[in-house]
Amino acid sequence: MKVLIPGPLLSYTQQREVEAVGSTLAELLADLDRQYPGLHFRVIDERDRMRAHMRFFVNGEQVFDMSRPLHPSDFVQIVQALSGG
Amino acid sequence: MLDPRDGRTLLAAAKTGHLGPTIFRSTNRGRSWKEASQPPAFAKSPNDQKARAVDHTFWLTPCHANEPNVWYAGTSPQGLFRSEDGGDTWQPFSVINDDPLYREWMGSVQDGTPDGPKMYSIIVDPRDPAHLYFAMSGGGVHESLDGGKSFAPLVKGMEVVEMFDPANIAFHDPHCVRLCPSNPDRLYQQNHCGIYRIDRPSTEWTRIGRKMPKKVGDIGFPMVVHPRDADTAWVFPMDGTMVWPRTSPAGKPVAYVTRNGGKSWQRLDNGLPETQAWWTVKRQAMSADVHDPVGLYFGTTSGELWMSRDEGQRWTRLAQHLPEIYAVEAAKIP
Repeated sequence: MKVLIPGPLLSYTQQREVEAVGSTLAELLADLDRQYPGLHFRVIDERDRMRAHMRFFVNGEQVFDMSRPLHPSDFVQIVQALSGG
Repeated sequence: MLDPRDGRTLLAAAKTGHLGPTIFRSTNRGRSWKEASQPPAFAKSPNDQKARAVDHTFWLTPCHANEPNVWYAGTSPQGLFRSEDGGDTWQPFSVINDDPLYREWMGSVQDGTPDGPKMYSIIVDPRDPAHLYFAMSGGGVHESLDGGKSFAPLVKGMEVVEMFDPANIAFHDPHCVRLCPSNPDRLYQQNHCGIYRIDRPSTEWTRIGRKMPKKVGDIGFPMVVHPRDADTAWVFPMDGTMVWPRTSPAGKPVAYVTRNGGKSWQRLDNGLPETQAWWTVKRQAMSADVHDPVGLYFGTTSGELWMSRDEGQRWTRLAQHLPEIYAVEAAKIP
């Protein structure tokens, strides 16, 4: 499925939009880490929690549950909150 | 913030490391300070799983000249508060703190920006105290025409991060909105996605930052308006590439001015470091006085205070080695 990558993670993917697979959000992130080693730890911490300021949207709806089921036709957006100053 | 209505009351928001947020007040222009007896705090709602606590007060606005002692405060997380006794006691104001739709637009802790989502740019129309604006990161610009009984979004024309839906108010990230004192129908905005202007009664913002040099871009935090000329406004661009490092583009701090409502911009860097200056200016840390020519002031993330006596033509450093500067206000002492 199509995954939108936020600016701060472009150093991993080199592109804004990538393809990845997985039947849950957790699996999708695991696949992204296989393709782009190190990316997973930038968005999920060692206790498997979403890092602060990291947001996930599936088809435009914000998701907080890593076990959220995904379908190949879904569009996943990863967003980094950057503002504050 | 000095109360322009009495020329002697000062309010300052503080967040102590261990004891939480508060407001300090001085009624003698800063000679002595006393803590507010009831600082801004959200209403108790024991059964609400999404109940919030104020982390810090971020913005203070003295109300209309005809409403002495009335102040508004914006907090992080986003909340709107009002004091009717010169800032000593504060109550939640309007419906938006608990309105389900506004709460959705304000986002969750997960959405929180690095130092927390904020409410700010609380603006009172100098012609009408019932006409209010505020802005939120995240959550857009909003307007009330009925003294805060209700608010509605004012985001048309504002862009959001690429590939997101601008119809979703939660994605809008204004950084600083300013109303022109000489023309209260004109507002300028420095946004996460560019510099904008709106001329009411239009409800659509125009991105005027497109005319900024490409190498500098139109990303930043502060927006300053001229006290007498609504065509003149200043910005202080920030490096808006990739990770948003809170530094000046290429380590070269610079202000830009428009003198024609955003049709063109001029670089103002005379006196500023020419290279290797890795600081920037946050949204409340740049302001103008009312002199002619206008004096400009800004404080940096590295703890320096700068001023220009001639509308930005020449900059001079007034102080250094201060802590990070969050806010700079110019006030005329009667």
